[in-house]
Amino acid sequence: MSFLEEGMQKGTKYALLLGAIPFITLVFALPLVNRIKPFVFGIPFLLFWILVWVLLTPLILFLAYLVEKRFNPPEEEDDS
Amino acid sequence: MNLENWTVGGRRFGVILIWLLMAGEIYTTFTFLGASGWAYSKGAPAFYILIYGALAYTISFFILPLIWKIGKKHGLHTQPDFFIQRYDSRILGVFVALIGVFSIIPYLQLQLAGLGFIVEIASNGAVSSKVAIIISFVLTCSFVYTSGIRGAAWVAVIKDILMILAVGIVGIGVPSLYFGGFGKVFKTLAERFPEHLVFPGTTPHMDVLWVMSTVLLTGLGFYMWPHAFGSAFSAKSSKTLKRNAIIMPFYQIPILLVFMVGFTALLVMPGLANGDTAFLSLVNKTYSPWIMGFVGAAGAVTAMVPSAILVLFAATLLAKNVYKGGINPKASDESVMRLSRILVLVITTVALFMAVFFPNELVNLLILGYDGVCQFFPGVVLGLFWKKVSKTGVWCGLLTGTGVVVALIVTGSDPFLGLNAGFVGLAVNAFFTVVVSLMTTPTKQLEVS
Repeated sequence: MSFLEEGMQKGTKYALLLGAIPFITLVFALPLVNRIKPFVFGIPFLLFWILVWVLLTPLILFLAYLVEKRFNPPEEEDDS
Repeated sequence: MNLENWTVGGRRFGVILIWLLMAGEIYTTFTFLGASGWAYSKGAPAFYILIYGALAYTISFFILPLIWKIGKKHGLHTQPDFFIQRYDSRILGVFVALIGVFSIIPYLQLQLAGLGFIVEIASNGAVSSKVAIIISFVLTCSFVYTSGIRGAAWVAVIKDILMILAVGIVGIGVPSLYFGGFGKVFKTLAERFPEHLVFPGTTPHMDVLWVMSTVLLTGLGFYMWPHAFGSAFSAKSSKTLKRNAIIMPFYQIPILLVFMVGFTALLVMPGLANGDTAFLSLVNKTYSPWIMGFVGAAGAVTAMVPSAILVLFAATLLAKNVYKGGINPKASDESVMRLSRILVLVITTVALFMAVFFPNELVNLLILGYDGVCQFFPGVVLGLFWKKVSKTGVWCGLLTGTGVVVALIVTGSDPFLGLNAGFVGLAVNAFFTVVVSLMTTPTKQLEVS
């Protein structure tokens, strides 16, 4: 059976929702955050916003990893 | 060495080696010079560099493990191999390989030009940029020629250590020495150059819309580079690639430090003729010559590792997918391998020639390459996730997309209505891929297990 025919698994769906977060915050929200003030921790607001979401990306992806593991049936071990 | 070892390292790389290999591809001369140069001369538009990486790694989390599985099952080595397998068309593979190579050349040219530049400034003009480019050309060629992708991955280890040390020392040191910390740099900037801290910076056309379309283009395009795509095949498992995607964004931190150097340079020495020299000029002004030498060496190695990987992939695409796939299907793996090695020399010579005779602003070269490779995105992603995609659809998308990009660039219409030309091409491409696929018979899907 092809993986494409299985339909999207629940875990993959949740993981994709998580994966959408960086796109919303780092692309589509940009017009709203294009400003110098307020400074946060001494960093101008636009740069601060970008930094926060870039640094949260690993955490978001880690959550996506856990969600896939939790809801998708275990995959065959492909390590050899 | 056989073809499998040359291009994909025998598919045995674990998380650490894959991380280093991919970081080796990402942290290039551009990280040193282009990012600080843009922060210095343009301001906030440079932030796009910080953003697109995070987007690219997010996408890689979802697509690379699938690409790896298909690659393992069908013994694929290159990106065109994927297109050939998925769409059952060798000619499509030839076309994809050619676009890949045409996109790699400006990227390679960027590395070589940047390298020449670093050595010339770091040696205070004692070594001219042309001599430096030629010396590094010989070094780069020799280690690719002898050891393929594995050699590149191991040199990447040295390069990463040097680069992070250099960026750490200068990126933390310079703002502290002149201003006592990052906060004071930003405060002074907000008083003297407030336009540097928001889009469109000092430029007339790089406003929010440009940034949004550019980060999408480069974020989506990143793993469509033949070398980034192909590196996925080197992993030992699909899980390795997932874990790698999670830790990749940490590599973005040095970029912030590079911006700080550009900003500090702006406050300390405004009015440099070429922003790309900001990083090195500030180091030269601030530190003793031996630190300058260290930064110069780190910069040179930083240019050589990605160059090696780029050359390796460009050569393999031409030998395997253009020569064997398009011209002589009966060629043996040994002769493809031999041809790859010869082409390593040929391609570096072409890029060398272009770096010496057609210097261009560094960032522009990079974006030019992206305009080309991002056209693969619909064919790859729809190929992985959409049952109805057809060979004819992918052909129509690729042809119209690349056609639009070439037309916009040749007629000087980039950016087009505030949007990056590659992005316009990508939109046209995706539209035709989908519409034509719906009107034609879907190409049979691949089995993975």
